[in-house]
Amino acid sequence: MSSILIKQGRIIDPARGIDGVGDVLIRDGKVVADVAGADLNGVEVLDASGKIVTPGLIDMHVHFREPGMEEEETIASGAEAAVAGGFTTVACMPNTAPALDSEAHMNFVLREAKVAGLAEVLPVGAITAGRKGQEMAEMANMARGGAVAFSDDGTSVPSAAVLKQAMLYAKMLDKPILEHCDEPTLAEGGVMNESFVSTTLGLPGIPAEAEEIIVARDIYLAKLTGAHLHVQHISTRGSVDLIRRAKEAGIRVTAEVCPHHLALTHDNLKSFDPVYKVAPPLRAREDVDACIDALADGTIDVIASDHAPHLREEKELELAYAPCGLIGLETTVGVLFTELLDKGRVTLNRLIEAMTCAPDKILKLNRGTLADGVVGNVTIIDPEMKWMVDPAKFKSKSANCPWAGQELKGRVCATVVAGRIVFRLP
Amino acid sequence: MNWTRKHLLGLEELSAEEIMIILQTADNFKSVSERAIKKVPALQGRTVVNMFYEPSTRTNLSFTVAERRLSADVLSFSKSGSSVSKGETLVDTAKNIEALGVDIMVLRHAAAGAAKLLSENVHCSVVNAGDGQHEHPTQALLDLYTMREVIAENPKFNDFSDIKIGIVGDISHSRVARSNIWGLTKLGAKVMVVGPTTMIPPDIEKMGVEVCHDMDRAILECDMLNMLRIQFERQSGVCPFPSISEYTRLFGLTSKRLKRLGREDIVIMHPGPVNRGIELSPEVADGKQSVILRQVENGVAIRMAVLFLVNAASASK
Repeated sequence: MSSILIKQGRIIDPARGIDGVGDVLIRDGKVVADVAGADLNGVEVLDASGKIVTPGLIDMHVHFREPGMEEEETIASGAEAAVAGGFTTVACMPNTAPALDSEAHMNFVLREAKVAGLAEVLPVGAITAGRKGQEMAEMANMARGGAVAFSDDGTSVPSAAVLKQAMLYAKMLDKPILEHCDEPTLAEGGVMNESFVSTTLGLPGIPAEAEEIIVARDIYLAKLTGAHLHVQHISTRGSVDLIRRAKEAGIRVTAEVCPHHLALTHDNLKSFDPVYKVAPPLRAREDVDACIDALADGTIDVIASDHAPHLREEKELELAYAPCGLIGLETTVGVLFTELLDKGRVTLNRLIEAMTCAPDKILKLNRGTLADGVVGNVTIIDPEMKWMVDPAKFKSKSANCPWAGQELKGRVCATVVAGRIVFRLP
Repeated sequence: MNWTRKHLLGLEELSAEEIMIILQTADNFKSVSERAIKKVPALQGRTVVNMFYEPSTRTNLSFTVAERRLSADVLSFSKSGSSVSKGETLVDTAKNIEALGVDIMVLRHAAAGAAKLLSENVHCSVVNAGDGQHEHPTQALLDLYTMREVIAENPKFNDFSDIKIGIVGDISHSRVARSNIWGLTKLGAKVMVVGPTTMIPPDIEKMGVEVCHDMDRAILECDMLNMLRIQFERQSGVCPFPSISEYTRLFGLTSKRLKRLGREDIVIMHPGPVNRGIELSPEVADGKQSVILRQVENGVAIRMAVLFLVNAASASK
C-alpha cells in the first residue's frame, strides 16, 4: 500500500494532549509515529500548512435510510456526504424499514459501506425487535455481526422493564445503550418546544420535561443495571443538569449534542419553515446556552449530527405535517467553527475531542487518535475558509439543511480513511 | 398613513393604525349592506377563490357574501382532511388555481402557518381565514368592529383603553383568542383570558393579558365577554376537562349567574357556532346583552374592507 505524508499542519490530537505544528505519516493504512526515522521515498505529500490536522472525525449519530427509504439517502450517498464533511467514521441508526435488528442487517450495512469505499459506516442495532419496544432484539448476534451499540432511536423504549433487561444484556456484551429521550405521551402531536413561542404560533408544544423525564428514568436504570447509558441529542438545561449529577454520582452515563441544538433556537420556528422541525425540538436560548456550556466543560461528551435526510416534497408540507429531521454531515464543522469557536464559546481542542476520542471511547473503536499503529484516518480542516452553503452541491441525496444560503467559516479540505484520500476539496 | 399590505395573514403583524384603517374602511362597506341594492363595483373583474380545507359554514358564507357585494367573480372549493398523504401539496394546488387567473386567495386550513406558506409561494393576495390554532384575523377584526360599536353607543366608554374584555374557553386551541389578544392589546384594551388551567397555554401573560380561572371574577371585572366555542373535535389526546357538566358549572354563562352577580349589563360575544347549554345558556345567547348576530353582520363589512384593501395594495404594486 501507498504512503501519505501530511506536512506542516497544526496537529490537534486531544487523546494524546497534542496541539502543535508537525507531520503525520500514514503507511499501509496505519499511522506511523516516527516520521523522522521513516523512509519517505515515494511518499505522497499533502501540504497542510495553515490547516488543522485531526484524527478522522467520528459522528456517532446518522441516518442513512437504507434499507427502505433509499430515495432520501443510501449508505453509499451517506458515506460520501460523511467524508465531504470530514467524517471518516459514522454510526448509523437502525430506524430503517425494516429496522436494523438482526445480524444479517449488520452484515448488510458493513458490506454496503465497504462497496462504497468511503467512510467507515458502523451499524447500530435496534434494542427491541422491529424497534417495537416490546422484546429485546438479538443483541449478541448483532454484536457478532458488527453492531457497535444499540438504540431504538426515533423513539424511547417506552417500557422501563424492557429497557432494564436490554441494559443488563448490553452490559454483558460491553456495548452502550443509546437512548432517544422523549416521553411519548407528552411528545405526541407536538411540533415544537412548548414555550411562549409555541403559544403565539398556535403550534402544539413538546415541553422540555418530555425529554428530561426519560433522561431521569434512564439514568436510574443505568444506576440499577450498571450498564453504559449514552443519551442521544440532549437539548435542554434540565437534561444537562441530570447528566451532570449522574456523572458526579459515578453512574455510567455519557451524552451527545447536535450542532442545531447549539446554534438554533425555537425562535427559528416563527418562519413556519419545516426545515426547523426536528426531534427533539429546537429549544429556548437558555437551553442552548446550557448545552454549549456543558459541551465546553465536558458534561456533554460528544457532538453528533443526527443527520436525518428527508425528501424535498416531505419538507414542503405544512409544518404540522412535515417529518422531523435535518441533515448535518456536510455542515457540522462549519457550523461549529462559526457559531462556537469564532464566538469564543468552546475551544478548538474541546470541539475536536468531542468528535474524535470522545465518541471513540464510547463506541470503543480504537480510532479517534493519531497514535502509532492506529488506523490512518485523518481530517484536514481550513479554519479560515469562508464558504456558502449550497445544498445543490451536497453529496447527500437530501437538501433539508437550515444553513442553506448562509456563509460559514471553517471547511474540511481533505479526508483520509485508512491512508486513502477519499475526499479533497476541488 | 396608507394601507400597503398585499396579504392579511394575522393581527400580530399589524399596527394599531393599520387595524383602525380596516375598521374605518368597514364603516363605508357596512352602509352598502344596508342599501336595497347591496353591491358596489370595487372588485369588478377580479377573481377571488375561497379555499376551505376545514369545514366551515359561516366564515365561508360570510366571505362569499362579501366578495359578491364587491362584484368579484367568486370560486370556491372545500376539501377536508390534511395533505399528509403523498400527492398534490397545498402549494401545488394553489399554484394551479392561481394559473386560472386568480387575484385573491382566501384560505382556511387546519395547519398553523398555512396562509404564510401560501403567501410565500403565490403572486396573488392571500387572506387568512383561519390557520390551525394560530390566527383568525377577520374574526378578530369583526369582534373589534363590534366592540367599537358598543363603545360608541355607551357613554361610559370613550375608546378601547376604557374597556376590559374577557376571552373565555379553550385559549390553548383557539386562533380566535390569539388574534383577539393581538388586536385588543394593540388598541389599548385590557384583556383577561378565562378558563381552566388545562386550557391556558404556557406564558400567555407575556402577550399582555391577565389569566383568570374564576368565572365569577371575570364576570364582575369585564365589560364584555367573548365566549369561545368548546371544540370537541380538537380534543384529541387527553381531554382538558373531566366532563361537560363540570365545565359548564365552572365556566358556563347563564342568566341566573349574571343576575346573581348583578351583571346583566355585560356584553356577550361569541364567534359561533354556539354550543347552547354548554358555554352559553340559550337565554344569554338570545338575550338583549348578546351582540352575536351583530358580529355576523359586521363580519361581511370587515371582509369587504379586507378584500378591498389587499386588492388595492396588490393592484398598486
